Amino acid sequence: MPYPTDFRYTKEHEWIKTDGKNATVGITVYAQESLGDIVFVELPKVGSEITAGKTFGTVESVKAVSDLYAPASGTVTEINGELATAPEKINKDAHSAWMIKVTLKNPAELNSLLSAADYEKFIAEEAGH
Amino acid sequence: MPAVEATPPTIRKTALNAVHRQMGAKMVEFNGWDMPVEYPSAGGIIAEHNAVRSGVGVFDVSHMGDIRLAGPDALAAVQHISMNDASRLAIGQAQYSALLYPQGTFVDDVIVHRLGEDEYLLVINAGTREKDFSWVRDNTRQFNCRVENLSDDFTQIAIQGPKGVNLLQKLTDADLSAVKFYWVTHGTVCGLKNILIARTGYTAEDGFEIYVPADEATSAMVWNRVLEAGKEFGAVPCGLGARNTLRLEGKLPLYGHEISDTINVWEAGLDRFCKMEKPEFLGRAVLEKAKPDALKRTLVGLEMVERGIARDGYKVLDDSGREIGYVTSGSFAPFLKKNIALAYVPTQFAAVGSMVKVEIRGQGVRAQVVPTPFYKRPKKA
Repeated sequence: MPYPTDFRYTKEHEWIKTDGKNATVGITVYAQESLGDIVFVELPKVGSEITAGKTFGTVESVKAVSDLYAPASGTVTEINGELATAPEKINKDAHSAWMIKVTLKNPAELNSLLSAADYEKFIAEEAGH
Repeated sequence: MPAVEATPPTIRKTALNAVHRQMGAKMVEFNGWDMPVEYPSAGGIIAEHNAVRSGVGVFDVSHMGDIRLAGPDALAAVQHISMNDASRLAIGQAQYSALLYPQGTFVDDVIVHRLGEDEYLLVINAGTREKDFSWVRDNTRQFNCRVENLSDDFTQIAIQGPKGVNLLQKLTDADLSAVKFYWVTHGTVCGLKNILIARTGYTAEDGFEIYVPADEATSAMVWNRVLEAGKEFGAVPCGLGARNTLRLEGKLPLYGHEISDTINVWEAGLDRFCKMEKPEFLGRAVLEKAKPDALKRTLVGLEMVERGIARDGYKVLDDSGREIGYVTSGSFAPFLKKNIALAYVPTQFAAVGSMVKVEIRGQGVRAQVVPTPFYKRPKKA
């Protein structure tokens, strides 16, 4: 499975990639496979605060509505506006089709997230149920 | 002798369950059935949906139920329990109809097929199988006819889309060009003799539904041969996800959503299938009093004007934010590429062009009442 080792992952299937205090957030390949065709994404406004473990937006496939959970706390500096008109980009390449960029409040929060190896183990168990 | 209803197992499987799993279908529980919702290998719901609009898609709809009524009084029994006029059916003809409670609300919607002089087949919904069979049996005791539950006898495969006729014709000796929409015939299909072939469906497209013996080997053989024969037409297997979006674009009702035991025929807008000129049928007396022009609420089509997808159960609001109704079905429409919904609203909001709001995650999102069906298949030249 192509889960980049420089990302961290949540059990709610978001990924986060950091460069110092700057982070990029999206959903995983496993998440988009589970959702199916993604047709709608609702993201927070630039400048809004997100809180680790709390919802920051919504992603909808034809069949399902899912909340997006913040992997870490911070301030939204940019959103991927392309996803408003082309949400299917997430299906095509979930690990490139980022959703938001964030200035992190406390990069140490990432220590509690899953590594690529742990995440792969986690989804293998989840898929087994 | 009162028949004892068998307790259904917690989750039921069609004879094609293993085939779906082998094909990598994503399975979900639907009305007590373990059913494919989509086939990622076929491209998923949107690709499946559009294959049916432009070519052909193949569905396992064996979870649907079947009730046979046969005997000298079969027509009288069907007339008593259904709202459409079955006396108009020639042998080999079918009609959309519904079973009603005395209060004019829905036990279920059905397709009534006239198979012989005194023989009718009702095709009913999966989630209402037991209820429907008990209802039909209990309300036809005064008639001289047999009522049989054939639900477990058939694997029902729907071959839907403009190329469906070309696909199925490769596999049968029956002349399908002679079978009009909502007519049936019998023929040899994949070497199986005397198979019921109905030109019916739930996709707002031309298509066929075939009823083959429900054993696993036969079912798998037919399923595989249908898909194989459909390759040249781009046939894909389709799940319940596409089935739902296809029927929504065509405004075909779904039990528990647009129709239920608390919604009456007039509200659901199914007047043209309810034949009040029939002197008697269950539900008629109450429906006669509850005239369509005295309606308080009615089913409308909505198209989202602002960004957002209305979903089943969401509230409909007026401009001031007051709750006025609710969404029965809502989705992104894959062929129309719009966010559409069906909703019950007070009649004063039902005119095409009326603006309402749908409450999505606490926000009122603007939507407009639009003509329905949202999608109508192109007429053949």
